[in-house]
Amino acid sequence: MNAVTDAKLKRPGSLEKNPRLSQWLRVHRDGTVSVYTGKVEIGQGILTALAQIAAEELGLAPERIRMVAADTALSPDEGVTSGSLSIQDSGAALRRACAHARALLLERAAAGLNASIADLRVADGVVQVAGRKTSFWECGGDALFDCEVDDTVTAGLPRDYRVVGQPVPRIDLPDKIAGRPRYLQDMALPGMLFGRVVRPPYGFARLAALDDSPVKAMPGVAAVVREGSFVGVLAEREETAIAAQGALRKAAEWEAGAPLPQDIHAWLKSHASDHKVISEKTDPAAKSRSTSTFEASYAKPYLSHASIGPSSAVAQFQGDKLVVWSQSQGIFNLRRDIALALGMREKDVVVRHAEGAGCYGHNGADDVALDAALLARRSGGRPVQLQWMRDDEFAWAPCGPAMALTLRAGLDSQGNIMDWQHELWSNGHSGRPGRSDTPALVAAWHLARPFERSASINMPLPAGAADRNAIPLYDFPNQRIVNHYVREMPVRTSALRSLGAYANVFAIESFMDELALAARVDPVAYRLRHLKDPRARAVIEAVARRAKWEEWKEAEGRGHGIGFAKYKNLGAYCAVVAEVEVEDEVRVKRLLIAVDVGLVVNPNGVANQIEGGAIQSTSWTLKEQVRLDERGITSLGWEDYPILKFSEVPAVEVELIDRPELPSVGAGEGAQGPTAAAIANAVAHALGVRVRELPLTSERIIAAIERQ
Amino acid sequence: MGGRITFTVNGALTEIEASGDTPLLYALRNDLGLKGTRFGCGSGQCGACFVLIDGHAAPACDTPLWSVSGKKITTVEGLGPKGDLHPLQHAFLAEQAAQCAYCTSGILISAAALLEKTPKPTESQVRAALDRNLCRCGSHNRMVRAVMRAAGQGA
Repeated sequence: MNAVTDAKLKRPGSLEKNPRLSQWLRVHRDGTVSVYTGKVEIGQGILTALAQIAAEELGLAPERIRMVAADTALSPDEGVTSGSLSIQDSGAALRRACAHARALLLERAAAGLNASIADLRVADGVVQVAGRKTSFWECGGDALFDCEVDDTVTAGLPRDYRVVGQPVPRIDLPDKIAGRPRYLQDMALPGMLFGRVVRPPYGFARLAALDDSPVKAMPGVAAVVREGSFVGVLAEREETAIAAQGALRKAAEWEAGAPLPQDIHAWLKSHASDHKVISEKTDPAAKSRSTSTFEASYAKPYLSHASIGPSSAVAQFQGDKLVVWSQSQGIFNLRRDIALALGMREKDVVVRHAEGAGCYGHNGADDVALDAALLARRSGGRPVQLQWMRDDEFAWAPCGPAMALTLRAGLDSQGNIMDWQHELWSNGHSGRPGRSDTPALVAAWHLARPFERSASINMPLPAGAADRNAIPLYDFPNQRIVNHYVREMPVRTSALRSLGAYANVFAIESFMDELALAARVDPVAYRLRHLKDPRARAVIEAVARRAKWEEWKEAEGRGHGIGFAKYKNLGAYCAVVAEVEVEDEVRVKRLLIAVDVGLVVNPNGVANQIEGGAIQSTSWTLKEQVRLDERGITSLGWEDYPILKFSEVPAVEVELIDRPELPSVGAGEGAQGPTAAAIANAVAHALGVRVRELPLTSERIIAAIERQ
Repeated sequence: MGGRITFTVNGALTEIEASGDTPLLYALRNDLGLKGTRFGCGSGQCGACFVLIDGHAAPACDTPLWSVSGKKITTVEGLGPKGDLHPLQHAFLAEQAAQCAYCTSGILISAAALLEKTPKPTESQVRAALDRNLCRCGSHNRMVRAVMRAAGQGA
């Protein structure tokens, strides 16, 4: 099939699965428009950007748009809010839907005014011709939108945009900054009980014994709920639920689980795996010109999401029907897995999204929803609110997988890369609900008749998962990229911001610098020498300019480094220069970033996402690793899992390269890998020693110096 | 067990019927409906639940009610003059200084305590004052700029 026919058949973004116009918007008599999306606000500002797109195509002031929180009973099913795809999926669909809606509104207005559409004067929903007047609010009723979206209706042109491209302030921040109730954690329903759950201290141990009678006798405890190894408590007051949880934790006896491997990277490399060659290029003539070969191994630890607010949910049975309020990234998939776990019909479960604390991937949000539902089964119809405690979150939310990587290269006599090999070892990067035969929810694995825990998987290329960004964007005559998928999971793993791209880009870009050093070529020039893609070259050149790369003054203990990637090889182009000082530990002083996301919908939003991603990546890269002993995760609080503090945060400058004629891509994950690589390269530049295992702690740096 | 504890919350004399061991956080959130003070860790290490107790920023999650008897508590809802936001809150909006904003209340409280003592702080004083607050989304620099703006020091 050729590309043109293909494009005709496939409807833009989420229209493919949600083709009805009425699924996307409704115009109200009061001069507002409700806009429906299946994508959810997780702190990234997506609702604001989508409101801008809707306002633009409808020709309305953005204040008229009311973004409706996703709800399985009301909203288009747009899968999961992940992969930096919301602007592509929901944005593209809304653009078309709103363009069609405006055309229908104008048609009806013209008919009502007995005029031709061309003669109408339209401003912010008010339509006038020759002294006669109507409005979208008067025309938008009945079944006007009860049709399929016609995606051939001309949408606005980027050069005419008035709302898209503007730094429109976030629509959710006024409530949040004033402290007004807006989060899921803030819901207060009449008669609400507070729940907490009790899990084994380590791993997937089964409950051996529990005398819960003292807890049942505690004043204010409404119920102790036990279903196999699932244990929870309901109380009238939240602090009582927490105290009861503490008492139950002390009283519960658990069977020991299987011991965990201590050197996870050696374990990954030696354990049974399925391997797949994901990219291969051969040019024997070029290969024969290799005069020197290089090899280096890199490692990334398990990482925690470590959101400031632990996961929460509210659940209530209304007769036979269950309503769950959740901060999940995928409410439809969650509904399916909750129904499966509880033996209910999907149509009897409604999941409503409510905003929670920052979400950076598949955290505990889905799990806690089933916890709340299980407790709500025993609450006599009263709503149940449940927020995990800090240690629940660190112990039970899936971790970003540990990864091991080995890279090899052959250089010709001029230092050009003739051969490139990249092997990676990792568990799966997705254990999200909705994709397996059994529920991907912790409590389902602990029930009296436990569901089988299925292994996390990897999504296929080109986006990939463990192998995301493993295929270099550089042009090498020979290359071989191998993904070793390790199915068995010592620790539960799933999607964390950028998936495998963080480690793959860290390894590729570290290795590029090692090769540049061997070839005695400047790292920026060395990259450009191997890179044809003009947008890639543009971000590298822009960041080098901004950093005044060539004017760098060498000084003891200071270094600078560059990192680059095109996220997923499909999305945002991002290049980062890091400037560091290394004494006892690494201090990142400054990050300079150039990014190209195509058409920029909201420049402040893109900058905020890139800047936030870079700071989070700095924290991962300098400090973070989930700690394990042979029984399980031992980093259960902030003292064991430190993250970057205000006084440690580098200055960050973001330069956006706007390309109004090119489609918008997401910005949320583009900075993760390049930032890590830039910092690692800057540290190597400062010290003359390469640290290949993350995080770049003082212990690792000292060990690397001693090995030299 | 139960008892009456009296203290001032956002300028209003308040009486709560609860055990003296109840963490202040739950009295504020669940008895008084002041949801702006947020649970983060339960051990005073993240700052999400900071409130002003007699002008000092302190974690509400491990402050028992008995210890605030007779004291003046200010939560994020009571930072500004009646019916308006605090200049810090206006500055946070102007700088769009948040992503998820879950940590913001506690950070506003720390910043308010700082500006009370040091109305014209340097940037490094602001960072030092906010070091007891964690932010995971990476909005730190925007928040520092917002505090400087509120202090008339920048932007």
